[in-house]
Amino acid sequence: MRKIAIYGKGGIGKSTTTQNTVAGLAEMGRKVMVVGCDPKADSTRLLLGGLSQNTVLDTLREEGEDVELSDIRKEGFKGTVCVESGGPEPGVGCAGRGIITSINMLEQLGAYADSEKLDYAFYDVLGDVVCGGFAMPIREGKAQEIYIVVSGEMMAMYAANNICKGILKFAESGGVRLGGLICNSRNVDNEREMIEALADRIGTQMIHFVPRENMVQRAEINRKTVIEYAPEHPQADEYRMLARKIEENKMHVIPKPIAIEELEQLLINYGIAA
Amino acid sequence: METVVDLSTDTEKVSPETFKKEILKQYPAKVARKRSKQIIINSVGEDKCTPEILANVRTVPGIISQRGCCYAGCKGVVLGPTRDIVNITHGPIGCGFYSWLTRRNQTDPDQSKDKHNFMTYCFSTDMQEEEIIFGGEKKLRLAIQEAYDLFKPKAIAIFSTCPVGLIGDDVHAVAREMKEKLGINVFGFSCEGYKGVSQSAGHHIANNGIFTHVIGKDDTIGEGDYRINLLGEYNIGGDAFEIERIFELCGITLVSTFSGNSSIDQFANAHTADVNLIMCHRSINYVAEMMEKKFGIPWIKVNFIGAESTAKSLRKIAQYYGEDALIDRVEKVIADELGAVEAVKNEVYARTQGKTAMLFVGGSRAHHYQDIFHEIGMKTLSAGYEFGHRDDYEGRKVLPSIKVDADSRNITELEVEQDEKRFRPRKSPEEMDALTKNGVLFSEYEGMMPEMENETLVIDDISHYETERLLELYKPDIFCAGIKEKYVVQKSGVPLKQLHSYDYGGPYAGFTGAINFYKEIDRMVNSKVWSYIKAPWEKNPVLSGGYAWE
Repeated sequence: MRKIAIYGKGGIGKSTTTQNTVAGLAEMGRKVMVVGCDPKADSTRLLLGGLSQNTVLDTLREEGEDVELSDIRKEGFKGTVCVESGGPEPGVGCAGRGIITSINMLEQLGAYADSEKLDYAFYDVLGDVVCGGFAMPIREGKAQEIYIVVSGEMMAMYAANNICKGILKFAESGGVRLGGLICNSRNVDNEREMIEALADRIGTQMIHFVPRENMVQRAEINRKTVIEYAPEHPQADEYRMLARKIEENKMHVIPKPIAIEELEQLLINYGIAA
Repeated sequence: METVVDLSTDTEKVSPETFKKEILKQYPAKVARKRSKQIIINSVGEDKCTPEILANVRTVPGIISQRGCCYAGCKGVVLGPTRDIVNITHGPIGCGFYSWLTRRNQTDPDQSKDKHNFMTYCFSTDMQEEEIIFGGEKKLRLAIQEAYDLFKPKAIAIFSTCPVGLIGDDVHAVAREMKEKLGINVFGFSCEGYKGVSQSAGHHIANNGIFTHVIGKDDTIGEGDYRINLLGEYNIGGDAFEIERIFELCGITLVSTFSGNSSIDQFANAHTADVNLIMCHRSINYVAEMMEKKFGIPWIKVNFIGAESTAKSLRKIAQYYGEDALIDRVEKVIADELGAVEAVKNEVYARTQGKTAMLFVGGSRAHHYQDIFHEIGMKTLSAGYEFGHRDDYEGRKVLPSIKVDADSRNITELEVEQDEKRFRPRKSPEEMDALTKNGVLFSEYEGMMPEMENETLVIDDISHYETERLLELYKPDIFCAGIKEKYVVQKSGVPLKQLHSYDYGGPYAGFTGAINFYKEIDRMVNSKVWSYIKAPWEKNPVLSGGYAWE
C-alpha cells in the first residue's frame, strides 16, 4: 500500500484534486482509502455525493471506546473507502490533536491492515503545516509520499516551500519523501514554467499541470468528481493522467526548500519578465 | 570531560571563590556565563549595598532546578490555603492532585459562621482527550455547576493548566457566565504552568485576580482598635495560628491573612485595615502595593520566624500606632513569652552553637530562617531563592535598576488608581516621616544579602549539581529546602529540613514556633544517624572478628 498525503495552501484545490485523482485511480481498479484531515470534514464530499459522513472524532465522542470501522467508513465512488477525521468548531479546542487521535484510532481499528487490501491511502490535509497535529500524516511514516498542490500565485508557492521545510524535518526520522508538485492552474502568466522552475530548485518535479476548467466547478456543484459527472470531458482525462503519473511515479526525494529571496527572484524572473 | 577536583579532603580551606570557579569550570561557556551572575560571593558595603545578582531569569535547560510552575504558584501557594473558595483546577487530573495541600496549610473552619472548608477536597475538571480536541469550556461549566450544587460555596475559582492555554479555552468568559447564573463570585486565573520563569509568575497572577475580583467587595468596618492584615503567611504547620494567638494577646485585630487560615470574606474586607504587614515579600507584595495605591494602606515588612524577629515585628506594629497602651501591652506579651523561649534556647544552645546551615527555598524563607538559626548560634554558609527576584536578594532599593525582560512583561501589571471614595491615607506624610526616622520603614524590604555575612555564597535557582558540590565541599550540619531535594541531600549524610511543608512539624513562627524549631534543629543536627549513612563494609571492606571465649 502506498500512503500519500496531499498538502498545499488553503483554498488551492487540494480536496478537489485529491478526490478527482482518487476517482482516476479507482477507475483503474485500485482500492483507495481517503482520510480527510480537516475539521470541516469536506474531503470526501465529491466521492460520496454529499456531506453525509460520521467523522471519526464525533463517533469516538458519541460511542466512547466502542467504535467499529463500519461506523466511520463509507463507501464512495467505485469502491473508494472514505473517512473523515472531523474536529472541533472553529475557535475552540485543538484540531491538530484531533488529527493525531483520529489517525491512531484508524490504525488501532485496522483500517490499514493487509486484510483491507488497500492499494492507496490518501490523506487530504488542511491548509499549510500549521502545527504538530497537522504534520501528523508526515510524522512516523503515516504518509510516505507527499504531493503539494500549488499554483503560480505567490502565496501558494510560498506555502509549498514552507511545506517542504516540514517534510525535510521529518524526512530523516520518518522516511517521508516528496513525490512532486501538482500545479492546479490559476491562469497566472508563465505558470507552467514558473512551477517547473520551482520544482527544479526544490529538487523535485512538477508531476502534472492541471488546467483551469469550469467543468470542475460544475461537477462540484453536483457533488461529484469530474470523472463521475462528465467522464468524457477533457478535464476528466487530465485527472486520469495525474492518477497514472502518480501510479508510475518513481521520483521520491527529500526536498531542498529555498530561501525567501530566491523564491521572490523566481517570481520576478518568470512573473514580471513575461 | 574535565575531572572534578576533589577538594573535600580539606573542607576548612575551600573558599567561596574556589567553589565558584570549580562549579563554573564544569559548565559549557554560555551556561557558565549565566551561572556566574547567579552564584555570588556576598559582600556588604556602605548603605547595605551588595553585589548584583541575576535572578528571576529562565532556568538553563538540563540543569535540575528546584523551581515549580506558574500554576503551582497561583493555585498551590496563594489561593490554595483559603478554605471557603472551591478551587477548581481546569486541566488533566495530575495538576490538581499534585497541588493538593502538599504544603500542609492548615485552617480552622470553626472561625467561619458557615464552617465551610473545601480544602480537604481536590476539585478538577479531569480533562480528557475529548476536551483537548473539542474544547473544555463545556466541561468546566458543568464542573462549576456540580461544585455549586454539592457545596453551595460563596465563591468558585478556576485555575488554568497548560493545555487550557494551548487550546484557548476562555475560562474568564465561563467565570462571568457562571457568576451571573449562580449569583456567587466566580473568577478565573490564566495561570498556565508554562508562563513566566518560575512559580513567581503565578503569585503575581494570583495577586492580580484576588485584587480585581475580591478585595474591596465588603466595606463593613469591623471592631478592634488596631486592625491589620497579615500578607504572605500561609499557615504551614499552623504558623498563622501561633501568630493569631500572639496578636490576640497584644490586642491586635487581624482583619485578614493572605492566605493562611483565611476566608474569602476576610479578603473582601481587607481594604478596611490600618496597615498591611508583609511576611513573604515575593509572593504577595503586589497586593500590598495595589492596596496602598487604591485605598491608602501603607505596608511594612515583618518577620515572625524567630523569637527576636517576632519581638521586633511586634514592636514595629506598636510603634506604627504609637499608642502607649499598645506599646506597653506588646512589651508585656514579649516579656511573658520570652521566658519559655529563653529556657529552651539555653538548653539547646551548647549543642547547636557553631553548627552550619544552608537554605535554598522560596522567595523569603531562605532569608527569614537565617534569623532563627542565628538565635541558636548557627551560621548560614550559603543561601538562595528558588524564585526570588533581585529585590528579594538585594533589597527594594534596586527596583529601579531591575531589567524587565520579556518573560516578566508577559505577566500583566494591573493599572491601579486611587479609589475616589474609599482612598484614605492612614497616616499623614509628617507622621510617616517621623515613623521612618524612628526605623519603621514603609514599602521597604532590605533583602536577604545585606543581612548575610561577607564571603557567604548566595546562589539563585540552585542546580542539582551545585547542591551536591556544596554538600560535598562544605558539609553543612543542616540543609533546608523542599521534598524534591530532601532525600538526595540526606543520602549524602546531611539532614534536610523541609521549609515548604515543615516535614511533619510546626508551627515555627512566633514564640511557640521558635521553641519548636530550636528543639527540631537540635534533634536533627545532633542525631547520630547521619554517621551511619555509610555501611560498615564501605568504610572497612575487610571485617575481622574473634571468638567470644578468646
